[in-house]
Amino acid sequence: MNAIRVRGLKKAYKDHQAVAGVDLDVARGEVFAVLGPNGAGKTTSVEILEGHRDRDAGEVSVLGADPAKAGREWRAKLGIVLQSATDAANLTVREAVHHYAKYYADPRDPEEVIDLVGLTEKAKSRGGTLSGGQRRRLDVALGIIGRPELMFLDEPTTGFDPEARRQFWSLIKRLAAEGTTILLTTHYLDEAEALADRVAVLAGGRVVAEGTPQTLGGRAHADATVRWLSDRGHQEIRTAEPTKTIAELSRHGELAELTVTRPSLEDVYLELIA
Amino acid sequence: MTTATLPGTLSLGLSRGATELREFFRQKENLIFTISLPALLMLLLGTVYVKEAAAAQMFAASMIGAGIISTSFVGLGMSVVADREDGTLKRLRGTPMPFTSYFIGKIVLVFVSSLFEAVLLLAVGVLRFDLELPTSAEKWLTFAWVFTLGVIACSLIGVALSSIAKSTRNAAGVLNLPYIVLQFLSGVFIMQTALPESLRTAGSLFPLKWVCQGFRSVFALNDDYAVMEAAGSWELGKVALVLGAWTIVGLVLVGRTFRWSNTSR
Ligand SMILES: Nc1ncnc2c1ncn2[C@@H]1O[C@H](COP(=O)(O)OP(=O)(O)O)[C@@H](O)[C@H]1O
Ligand SMILES: [Mg+2]
Repeated sequence: MNAIRVRGLKKAYKDHQAVAGVDLDVARGEVFAVLGPNGAGKTTSVEILEGHRDRDAGEVSVLGADPAKAGREWRAKLGIVLQSATDAANLTVREAVHHYAKYYADPRDPEEVIDLVGLTEKAKSRGGTLSGGQRRRLDVALGIIGRPELMFLDEPTTGFDPEARRQFWSLIKRLAAEGTTILLTTHYLDEAEALADRVAVLAGGRVVAEGTPQTLGGRAHADATVRWLSDRGHQEIRTAEPTKTIAELSRHGELAELTVTRPSLEDVYLELIA
Repeated sequence: MTTATLPGTLSLGLSRGATELREFFRQKENLIFTISLPALLMLLLGTVYVKEAAAAQMFAASMIGAGIISTSFVGLGMSVVADREDGTLKRLRGTPMPFTSYFIGKIVLVFVSSLFEAVLLLAVGVLRFDLELPTSAEKWLTFAWVFTLGVIACSLIGVALSSIAKSTRNAAGVLNLPYIVLQFLSGVFIMQTALPESLRTAGSLFPLKWVCQGFRSVFALNDDYAVMEAAGSWELGKVALVLGAWTIVGLVLVGRTFRWSNTSR
């Protein structure tokens, strides 16, 4: 059974259709990224799966239950990192993590979790005094404290500096290696490429493409561009068979500055959401 | 997959209460406005109005009543709105913590902060106005149940009303307006017998009048002072009845109106 199965999910705010018929399947143990620009409907979709928002239509099954009706035992299996939270401003990191550990039957060791997210030096600081990136790490700590089977992370690295993002990625990879199913939203392509087994691109409330980061949008089979320099200047040919093209061209000798490129994930993505 | 059972609702509620108290006492504005305001009002107004011992007893009793409404109804309502605004409630909703534990935590918070407030107020009363504390166990028992029932009833109504307010800014209005009006209708600043019949009846529909009346029965120098009440007696049975009824109304309202976030629908 899949960890997440969604069919025909719809949600409108007044007359604005934020989610317009989304289908998703996330297998157990998979890292799945929902990629999309601001306003695409990522948060709305994810919060419906978390049981935080009502839906207008569609079938949703998360760990075998309907989030709109599921109870305590179901919530105990989830780890949720919301897009924005400013709670626990007057609790220290240590107090907050220890407190949230009490909600679960078999929590992780709070001190280990603080260490895992890299907040050991900030353990005695109050939530309200943390920087943006540190605050997100506290959110992640509270998300993983209950040993979740399934984690939701909504734009977890927005506002991180490059080093913090790398550290965060290795944390996610570690959780995935332990068998946690992970659904994360992001608008960073490199993040999806680095972490995800599969990616869905969401735009205007619809899934416009789905696949592995390598094959997304037909990237692996897209026409390649062959470029080289001749006496007449820079030349380029778009072709489905670059090997054959180069073989023909190279009969006359060496080709200067020869390159073969396929569209980058970014090229594909920008075309998809345009 | 282990099938270890989740922690119990009550123990989680107490643990939430401890955390709530910790957060509460770390905020100076709570210490100043919520805990000390009634004592300060007692000091200011008492200096102007209290000319005789009996009046100090009655005024202190009413101020403790008003203080409870301020911590439970207004203070708690505001704190739930703040929990909704800063994402505390949404985070809790994503954990296996039951709603009842959240509410138990809030009751613990209100109970302890109201107790601090009452003690401070009584200290001001004793030191500045020669307030006499009751000596019989029976009076203190009355104090205990009026206090407890008042806190629970008003907390429930505060939580229910917090669902109307969208932000902490408009919550201050939604919660303070009824509180201020009720103080005038319920015999806190003006004796109920001085009010026209219609206003007196209106005041009698809400918990504040009954909480204050219960406390006046505790702090009156003797039971002859009951003649000054609107009904001419302490009506303790009715106090229990009205507060009990509001507890049930509050429970129903909270069940129907409670929202975990501003975006759930
Ligand atoms: N609570 C809400 N009320 C009204 N409109 C909303 C609400 N939440 C989101 N929207 C709108 O729905 C669309 C999708 O929003 P969202 O799901 O937050 O997208 P994303 O997370 O991809 O940026 C946006 O146009 C947004 O303005
Ligand atoms: Mg979003």
